[in-house]
Amino acid sequence: MIPASAPVPVSFEDRMATVDFRVAADAHITVDGDACRGCSTRACVTACPANLFVPMADGGILFNYEQCFECGTCYLVCDTAGAITWRYPEGGHGVAFRRS
Amino acid sequence: MSAPGSLTASDNAASSDAARFDAVVVGAGPAGSAAALVLARRGHRVCLLERGPYPGSKNMYGGVVYPRILDELLPGWWEEAPVQRWVTRRATMMLTADQALTVDFRSEAWGQPPYNGATALRPDFDAWLAAKAVDAGALLVTSTTATGLLRDGPGGTVGGVTTDRPGGDLRARVVVACDGVNSFLAKEAGLYGKPDPANYTLGAKEVLALPAATIEDRFALGPGQGADFEIIGCTGDIAGGGFLYTNRDSLAVGVVLHLPALAAAGVRPEQLIAGLKAHPAVAPLVAGGELVEYSAHLIPEGGYDMMPTLTGPGMLVAGDAAAMCLAAGIWLEGVNFAIGSGMAAGESAAEALERGDVSEGGLSGYERRLRDGFVLQDHRRLRHAPHLLLSDRVQRRYPQLACDIVEDLFTVTNPEPKPGIGRLVRRRVASSGVRLRHLAADSWRALRTFG
Repeated sequence: MIPASAPVPVSFEDRMATVDFRVAADAHITVDGDACRGCSTRACVTACPANLFVPMADGGILFNYEQCFECGTCYLVCDTAGAITWRYPEGGHGVAFRRS
Repeated sequence: MSAPGSLTASDNAASSDAARFDAVVVGAGPAGSAAALVLARRGHRVCLLERGPYPGSKNMYGGVVYPRILDELLPGWWEEAPVQRWVTRRATMMLTADQALTVDFRSEAWGQPPYNGATALRPDFDAWLAAKAVDAGALLVTSTTATGLLRDGPGGTVGGVTTDRPGGDLRARVVVACDGVNSFLAKEAGLYGKPDPANYTLGAKEVLALPAATIEDRFALGPGQGADFEIIGCTGDIAGGGFLYTNRDSLAVGVVLHLPALAAAGVRPEQLIAGLKAHPAVAPLVAGGELVEYSAHLIPEGGYDMMPTLTGPGMLVAGDAAAMCLAAGIWLEGVNFAIGSGMAAGESAAEALERGDVSEGGLSGYERRLRDGFVLQDHRRLRHAPHLLLSDRVQRRYPQLACDIVEDLFTVTNPEPKPGIGRLVRRRVASSGVRLRHLAADSWRALRTFG
């Protein structure tokens, strides 16, 4: 009893829309654009599972904290000292998994 | 569960030394709730602090718990634990681009008390265990992040935590840090060295909704029975693996990725999940499943050799915060190690409180208990497993070699007669590029690690 239906591609936006986030007023991650401009690896851009790091034309990184899984991948793969400052969001805020 | 406003009571308590807590347990995951439950049962005043809006809200895992560790702590746990399915089918798949070799085991015994593994959702399971601590008398405070340690002077004995609530310092004679894989408290206490990305993997998963009857048909399961598929060879150039588990009316499918390789590969985690779901051996199992939640979390993959110092003055570290997740290939366990270490932390903290000595020496029963039990015995025995399993040969060459040998074995090439199996294996090994001395060395390492 295997349906022949092909998998429906899910856009990244729809993928993230399946997750509950209670967005805090303050960002819990800060990215130092100056430090990023000297970085050639930019591992955070592809490694972040929530795709929160966007490379900019000027060599900096645009970061959005609202849909963060709070996993810690970004600061661990970052090899530029001081580029990413990471802490937990304010209590009660951030990701709230329901079916994990 | 305490409403966010309930910290006011402990704000008042904090101002009076006599009314401070005996213990603050940070993190209401399985380690923290087990520690809080043990401490509360022994009559200690315990605050169980959770930064999420409910226990389990920050937690994500592959999907299987092994709850036999609860046999003594919560007899008859299986009558009430919020389980999705009892795992009665356990398969290990080796994939190449277009082949699959699966070792598939099933046992009806695993579907009967006392059971073995179960799929469960962490917001359900963690909230259930936290409620047991509350029933025993612990005060659960949710939506509150511990922001640092209170100490008697620099480097002095830990005497509580600061929180992000106004006036929210929580004083306690012992702090049990169960604050997860990123444990900022253990790092602040100086119990960890500089974190090395090579010790971590990223788990990313999709939960796909499917009707329960469809899941039981596809996986050949009886009602309430579940399947656990561990997969190797599905993560391309990135060392890691994949998994596929059955919940009641959803599947959990995902990948585990070694961080340094993920950082170097320039591939996104969800692309690798898409690749796994499209594999001919996996696609029919997940077809038509609707994505209902995407999630990701780090795993402290390095095991024994990455563990922090487990005890400091006035402080213990347990669960993922102490890197106690066991990622040893054929054994992938974490919640049971979290509960086991949390129980040991609770017992040792209670013992130290009762003796009035919460110094490092007074808390030394913790490490002794862990070494006497499965937590550190399993971890020490399997300390070389993560390195072996993340090696290129185990990740790619051996799955390819095994699939090719089996394909040769079962391909009927009449009119040619069958070759001898020995000849066939030697031919494939020779053409695989795997050197016999490496195969012998890895076999020896595997035997020493797992034997």
